[in-house]
Amino acid sequence: MAKYIFKRILQIIPVVLGITIIVFFLIRLIPGDPALALLGTDATPEELARTRARLGLDKSYLVQLALYLRDIFTLNFGESIVQHKPVMEIIGSSFPATLELAVAAIIVSLVVAVPLGVLSAVKQNSWADYVSMFFAQLGTSMPVFWIGLLLILAFSLKLQWLPSFGRGEPLAEAVGALFATGSAAPLLDSLRRLLLPAVSLGVMGAALISRMIRSTMLEVLDSDYVRTARAKGTREGKVVLKHAFRNALLPVVTTVGLQFGSLLGGAIVTETVFAWPGIGRVIVTAIFQRDFPLVQGGVICVAVAFATLNLLVDLLYAVINPKLRA
Amino acid sequence: MEAAENRRETGGGASLPTGPGDGKQKRLGDSPSMGGFLRRAKVFLRRMLRSKSAVIGGTLILIVVLAALLAPRLAPYNPYEMQMGNRLSPPSAEHLLGTDQYGRDLLSRIIYGSIVSLQVGVIAVGFAAALGVLLGLLAGYYGGWADRLIMGLVDVFLAFPVILLAIALVAALGPSPRNVMLALGLIYWTTYARTVRSSVLAIKEEEYILAARTTGAGDMRIIFLHILPNALAPIIVMATLGLGTAIISESTLSFLGLGVQAPEASWGNTMAFGLKFLRDAPHLSIFPGLAIMLTVLGFNLLGNGIRDVTDPKLNGRF
Repeated sequence: MAKYIFKRILQIIPVVLGITIIVFFLIRLIPGDPALALLGTDATPEELARTRARLGLDKSYLVQLALYLRDIFTLNFGESIVQHKPVMEIIGSSFPATLELAVAAIIVSLVVAVPLGVLSAVKQNSWADYVSMFFAQLGTSMPVFWIGLLLILAFSLKLQWLPSFGRGEPLAEAVGALFATGSAAPLLDSLRRLLLPAVSLGVMGAALISRMIRSTMLEVLDSDYVRTARAKGTREGKVVLKHAFRNALLPVVTTVGLQFGSLLGGAIVTETVFAWPGIGRVIVTAIFQRDFPLVQGGVICVAVAFATLNLLVDLLYAVINPKLRA
Repeated sequence: MEAAENRRETGGGASLPTGPGDGKQKRLGDSPSMGGFLRRAKVFLRRMLRSKSAVIGGTLILIVVLAALLAPRLAPYNPYEMQMGNRLSPPSAEHLLGTDQYGRDLLSRIIYGSIVSLQVGVIAVGFAAALGVLLGLLAGYYGGWADRLIMGLVDVFLAFPVILLAIALVAALGPSPRNVMLALGLIYWTTYARTVRSSVLAIKEEEYILAARTTGAGDMRIIFLHILPNALAPIIVMATLGLGTAIISESTLSFLGLGVQAPEASWGNTMAFGLKFLRDAPHLSIFPGLAIMLTVLGFNLLGNGIRDVTDPKLNGRF
């Protein structure tokens, strides 16, 4: 077990190295001169040459790669061309917003998926099963941004219940304010602003997780030990919750973990629709402003976070799976 | 995304027990002869027609393909013709789905949009499948350093959220439908490589492969004539589901402004304007999204149908 964990942690090193090298070549693929992008078209040839030297662009690719790797591993991503701030600072201030959105989306997914999945499995082939699986099928067929547009149309424009864009106070601070001042207003505002983006991002996860719960539950309900439990006269509710659901949780944990990772990707799009100030919106905006240091830093950070999450899911799986506990 | 789904889902017939050794797949008979092929094709078609999922999905896809093929005949208006006096008008008898920000007929633009969606989907998935299958065959058959290198590459690619890598690639290559296809192909190959590799690992130990080898068949002959045909079913299922995913990715990139560029008609870029005119012209957001959903739903249902029919665990259940 300890050996497995150690091995799995070691495996992430080449992955992270690979990510940074791919991004290095991607950035070099971009047509145009970064020095020109930085200085603008009215720069003199001398200024351009100086900037190229400063960025290391006059050196060979191999030397550039080495310098770049040194910078990345010392977390020095350079400075944003447009905002004139260190890239790390911009990422540091926008990443928590994305994380908040992703966590909220996972909560939405679970709140929807667990009852639907269990219900579908217990009442297999009933209308409740068909209806929930129909919606699960639809949920995986809709683009995330379209769900967002529909939610804004319904709840912001028509019903005018919820705001359509922006983020309130960060949730942690809003909760802090509740305890410090006793005022619930900032927390409520934050939650109201979080709800629509979280739902639109959570739909796909809800669909996948409910299908997953249904299929594993059905498998477990069909197994010998559940039959034995029923034969012993155990109440059906207890059989479902204690015997079936608990065992169905194992693959669900993996799904939830993987889903959490892909939420980071989905968040990029959701953030654009809802003007949510997260890392996804930062990256997309930076692409259009040709702010390459920021694009590079943002992409690397999201990919490394994603890889780390996958690692954590694997480790968690190893910890809770009794078969791997030997 | 579809890869994750494939990994996690055990198929539409989820009530069936699964067990170890499912990687070994024998599909509808293994004889490679022509008569055998026709017989298998007939059995396959009969089973497909009995699968509700496959029939509904197939019908949806047929409608979309016909819309794309017959676009010039079906579209009531020229999708590029602007009527400035008739901008953002809601659905009416004259314009069934309304008009866009330049007074162009939305229904015609959605019909024409199916062309680019299908084109991008098919080419991206074709490219991804060709690359992934080839690398998966090599990794699985030869093992050793080739396997380690290819699977290492797969791990690195899978370390990116799909849409993030797509955005980064298209941003680097420049926004255009061609680059969207290239980017999506370069991203989606990994899932094919992984699946094919594990199929090859199971198949290459089969007796008929040993038999082929003892008769003096070369590596290439064994890989492409004996192993590939027997690893085909999961590839077809993945490609069908992958078409839906690719169409969603294309529309997402176009929505962000990184895919199909104006004035070309695409479902995604129409919705980018839909976001701008959400209050005044909700039809610009609703209808193209509906087109995407039905198309993707079609591919998902068809893919699930094919999976149910080709899955050996379900044999004998029809």
